[in-house]
Amino acid sequence: MAGRSTQSPFRSIAAHAILLTYTVIALFPVFVVVVNSFKNRKGIFGDPLALPIGALWAPEGYAKVWLRGDFQLYFQNSLIVTVAALVLVLLFGAMAAFALSEYRFKGNTLMGLYLALGIMIPIRLGTVAILQIMVASGIVNTLWALILVYTAQGLPLSIFILSEFMRTVSDDLKNAGRIDGLSEYTIFFRLVLPLVRPALATVAVFTMIPIWNDLWFPLILAPAEGTKTVTLGAQMFLGQFQSEWDAVLAALTLAILPVLVLYLIFSRQLIRGITSGAVK
Amino acid sequence: MAAATTLAPTLALKAIRKNFGVTEVIKGIDLTVGDGEFVVFVGPSGCGKSTLLRIIAGLEDATSGDIEIGGKTVNTTPPAKRGIAMVFQSYALYPHLTVKNNMALGLKQAKTPAPEIEARVAKASGMLSLDDYLDRRPAQLSGGQRQRVAIGRAIVREPTLFLFDEPLSNLDAALRVNTRLEIARLHRELKATMIYVTHDQVEAMTLADRIVVMNAGRIEQVGTPMELYNAPANLFVAGFIGSPQMNFVAADKLGMTGATTIGMRPEHLTISKDAGRWKASLVHVEHLGADTNLYFDTEAGPVTARAFGEVREAPGTELWLSADDRHIYRFDADGRAVAA
Repeated sequence: MAGRSTQSPFRSIAAHAILLTYTVIALFPVFVVVVNSFKNRKGIFGDPLALPIGALWAPEGYAKVWLRGDFQLYFQNSLIVTVAALVLVLLFGAMAAFALSEYRFKGNTLMGLYLALGIMIPIRLGTVAILQIMVASGIVNTLWALILVYTAQGLPLSIFILSEFMRTVSDDLKNAGRIDGLSEYTIFFRLVLPLVRPALATVAVFTMIPIWNDLWFPLILAPAEGTKTVTLGAQMFLGQFQSEWDAVLAALTLAILPVLVLYLIFSRQLIRGITSGAVK
Repeated sequence: MAAATTLAPTLALKAIRKNFGVTEVIKGIDLTVGDGEFVVFVGPSGCGKSTLLRIIAGLEDATSGDIEIGGKTVNTTPPAKRGIAMVFQSYALYPHLTVKNNMALGLKQAKTPAPEIEARVAKASGMLSLDDYLDRRPAQLSGGQRQRVAIGRAIVREPTLFLFDEPLSNLDAALRVNTRLEIARLHRELKATMIYVTHDQVEAMTLADRIVVMNAGRIEQVGTPMELYNAPANLFVAGFIGSPQMNFVAADKLGMTGATTIGMRPEHLTISKDAGRWKASLVHVEHLGADTNLYFDTEAGPVTARAFGEVREAPGTELWLSADDRHIYRFDADGRAVAA
């Protein structure tokens, strides 16, 4: 391989060994979930680590998921909530970040701190108040309740990361746009946003995963049959006295797929984002 | 040379001041620029020259004072409507647009008819030899080409006033000279009014009809390059214009009266082995080929001399320096130039 000449083979092997170990550890739970989703209850508890081949092959969980409950609807709900919240977080986060980094006004720093405060305060602390607001405004058991809460949850980190990135966009470029008569909106959408695309991808991934995986707010704000999300839907296989683990694991395996697709879409940009500071 | 008095000046600045918070960066600037003039703002970094340019462009608001472009007060006019075009140090090309669209964007925004946009872009690209690159993106161009595109983008706007913000600072030395010549040629061909900001006094001397020397938010002196060289108004201008820098020595150490500081340009000092006005010992010699810089220690302090051609003297040699009276500058205690 045409590696850098300064890297000794020993160091290269050591680095790969460490990274591979970490990969194995990180992927292990996913592996267990996926493998066991193709086994029945006996197979899961008899030999949790065995591959689903031969006598162990029993994809009944998928059949249960397909027949019981309306999983297509649950997936659709999860996707709508995640994508809508993602779009709102990126749009408003980027706009607020642009204003904070571009314009001088009184209280700019204070406003920035106030908007970033949410990173340190878990939104779940406000659950009771949020529920009261949602009940009062009559949007409990609608997807809007979830979208609004997740937008609020994602905005602080989004504003914090994006405003740092926006500061690195050349002032000259924005000024050239102003001299050419571009409006501030055009400067924002056409000049600045494309240049912070890696940061947008980073924020998208950090925002998307907690929303997709969340159980808390769907359970509290939208537990109705028509608004259930995937994570909530999978709960119906977990009973007080008996849990259908094959179905739970099958549902979870299926739930990995959409988020994996979204991640792959963002990941090319994400890698650029992570290395953008390090590699010129 | 001086601005035409019958016509309204292309640019008039009246008592411009600018504060950032409590710090005053522009401390009252009055200036007029006539039609077709090439004016260079020069000064050390932080002197306010770029801020002043941005105020003229409308990218920054003046705290007080009036700006007139082409006879109209433009204090509250947005940049795009001021009849200006600006070339930036970092080129500031739109990365997602081709060279052609980079140049055309401003005209499209101004709703110029398409055939006219075509014609103007073609004319500018011809002038700047960019015809082969019109469909490329900025990332596929070299630094010099990018700066030519940035200049082209300014030309197609056919502005009343061109503004250049240190346009050569990002280019390497050879390219800098070429682009400098190019800008001088464009000024001749377009007969346009240009304002050019730089910290490099060589660029200022070579390009300007008039130079505005700025320091700490004030104008120190305005004049043609040779006026500034021959008759600097004060110590700052005397020291800023000319390279190597003018020598300054305390007048009493030379036994001279009627001034506090005496200034002598290195190129005006003559060197002799036998006789002269001041004795000096050679400390260091720099051979530049066409001329030689000699660094001396004298009783009055360090002195630099510049001799044409090659001077073969070793450091440590005792030599004599002299200067004509007409080449001796006198400054009073406040740094102002005084007559002999």
